[in-house]
This record gives sequence, structure tokens and C-alpha cells, in this order.
Amino acid sequence: MISPQLRRPVDAVIPRSTGALQVFAALLEQRTGQLIAANRAWRIETALKPVLRERGLETMDQLAGEILAGVDPRVGDQVVDALLNQESSFFRDTAVLTMVGDIAQNLRLAMPTRNLRIWSAGCSMGQEPLSLAMLFAEQVEASGGRMPDIVATDVSGAAIARAKSGTFTQFEIQRGLPVRRMIRWFDNVGADWVAKPELIRRISFRRMDLVADPLPLGLFDIVLCRNVLMYLSPTLRRQVFDRLARATRPGGLLVLGAGETVIGQTDAFRPSQEHRGLYEATGD
Amino acid sequence: MKTCLVVDDSKVIRKVARHILETLNFRVSEAGDGKEALDACLVSAPDVVLLDWNMPVMSGMDFLRALRVSAVTSRPKVVFCTTENGMAHIRAAIEAGADEYVMKPFDRETLESKLQIVGMA
Repeated sequence: MISPQLRRPVDAVIPRSTGALQVFAALLEQRTGQLIAANRAWRIETALKPVLRERGLETMDQLAGEILAGVDPRVGDQVVDALLNQESSFFRDTAVLTMVGDIAQNLRLAMPTRNLRIWSAGCSMGQEPLSLAMLFAEQVEASGGRMPDIVATDVSGAAIARAKSGTFTQFEIQRGLPVRRMIRWFDNVGADWVAKPELIRRISFRRMDLVADPLPLGLFDIVLCRNVLMYLSPTLRRQVFDRLARATRPGGLLVLGAGETVIGQTDAFRPSQEHRGLYEATGD
Repeated sequence: MKTCLVVDDSKVIRKVARHILETLNFRVSEAGDGKEALDACLVSAPDVVLLDWNMPVMSGMDFLRALRVSAVTSRPKVVFCTTENGMAHIRAAIEAGADEYVMKPFDRETLESKLQIVGMA
């Protein structure tokens, strides 16, 4: 039996091809809106091998069969979580994060009576919001003022669970994180490194589908949505830009990944004259 | 082209590090212990020293302390690269003047990331 949740989108794809890979791609698109480009299709099998092992299966066709059978709803979650690209690092594109830190510092000092609000949309395992939290906490220590509120969301429940735990392997912790910050903000627990509670509690993590779920409450001063929209179709991308704009304070800033732009894709944001490489909400 | 001195008593580690560093456009030289490394630095200081901790003749820590008070006038960046992965060792290395710290085992991404942090990649 095909679960009602899967019937429509998977049926829409299956007649075109009975291949297991199409089933996985359709599931990912249905759950997250994300597309797998043809030149990245090779990644599907690599990404799903751990799921095969965990479920005691031998072939991708068997895994596709379990999805279509709809007996265990967890299999869909496992496949989607495995297919989402969770590659990230601390202080990714350091120059951009430094700029965000400087902007936040100026805004904080200019508006001492309210908390700045930052949204890390598509936060993966938490490296981006944790990097921001470290930056802001160090700024507050040095110059006083209020700590910004940080909301961090991701479509993957597994990624959000990891992010909430603040736990990183030895390889993950060494990607982009200077050693002084590592020993200041993380504890060594067995083979892992765990963010100190004082850092984790500054971030509100939640699972959220940028395409379909309700937006976080309130307006944000800065929204970071890096290397997420590139996986969406142009139509969905436009919709998400509109949603991000609705969550951004007028004049607030949007930070995209290197190589991403709003130009030709939405009127909801325009390139910032003041902050090169960032985009401001137009209010349109 | 930046220069890196790889200091490790393991030939295998030196070979792996050399390979990665050369793909990152470093000119690489090697030393098998701290004493050899100090002698090399006195002749021609590299931009970066990738430094093991436990070695015969002179340890990485003894090398670092000697380097920081030596006649080497330039100040090479020192990146420890060691299996001593506990907090106490890391703190001691930083207090002795290390610029960064790589916990073994390492891969290309880790090494590149740490070299970027010290402004060398």
C-alpha cells in the first residue's frame, strides 16, 4: 500500500521511470522542494548506503520498494535526511560572517533597548548559528549591550537534532573553527566536541520547511539563507524569497551563499548599496 | 610560493602532509625531529611549521619554546599536528606560542582550513 502522504507525487514520477533513483528524487522534492541536478545524481547511492545498512537491505530497489510500500513512515524520513546536503563548516565564508558580525554590532549599539533578531535558515548541523553566537557573545563581552536572538531552522529533523546537541566529531570541529575559539566554547567529551550550554542556549533551533511551514514569529533584522535556494526550482525559489521577505524587517538584510543572487529572481530584495554582497528587503 | 617545514618522526605522515601541502601550492621541506627543524629554521625560516608533538631527540613543544627565543627573526606560523588531542595539551601548545592545532588523523580539508585560519592558504 502506498501511504496517502506519498501517493500523489510519487505516482506522478513513477510512470516516467520505474528506477529507484527517481523514487528517491521525487520523495526529496515532495518533502522539501529540493531538486537533485542530473550531474549530482551519482550522490544518491553514496548518500543512501548508510540507510541500506541500517535497514538491512541490499539494493536501492529494495529501499525504493519500502518507500512505496509505506509500511514504515520512518524510511522516508531517513532517506530525505540522508539526501539533504548537510555539508557545512564553522565560519564558512569568513569574510561574509565577519561583515554580518560588524553589521550586527553597529545595529546593536544603535538600538540598545531591543534585541537584534537573526535567522539562520537552512542551518544544517548548526555550524552557522553557533559561529554567529560565538561572534556575538564575544562582542557583548567586549563592549556590552544585549545579545541578539538567534533562530536556526532546517528542513531535516536529524540535522536539527544534531544541531541542538551541539556535538561535533573531531573532523567537523576542525573545519573553519580557530583552536582558541574551540577551547573557549566547546568541551572535549570522549572523541567528540560539544558546544558549551551557555552557547547552545543562545540559539532557538527548530525544524522548518522553508517552502511550506509557518514562518517564525516576528520580524528579523538579518536573515542568512546560504546555499539552500540553489537546490529549489525557480518557481519555488521565488516563493521562498517572498516568504523570507515577509519575515524580514523593512530594510533588513538577506545573506545568500557565494554565487547566489536575488537579481532576476525576485523583487522582494535588492542589492544593498551599503553592504556589498548582501541584499535588503524592499518592502514590495 | 609559501614554504612549509613538516616536522614529524613518521616518514608516512611527512609524505602524506607533503602531498597535501604541494596541492595547496606550498614548497615543502621536512625534518624528523625538533632539533633538525630548529637547525633548518636558523638557516632559512619557513612561512609555516607543521609540527608533531612526540618525537625523539627534541619534542615539538621543546622545539616551539626554543624557536620563540631563538635568533630566527621572522616569526613562522606554527601549527601543531598531533595525536595529543586533549584539552590540556591544546592549551599548553597555545600558551607556548602555537598559532593553530590540528588533531590527527587529519585530511586535506582540515589542513587547508587550519592554514587558512593562520592566513597561509
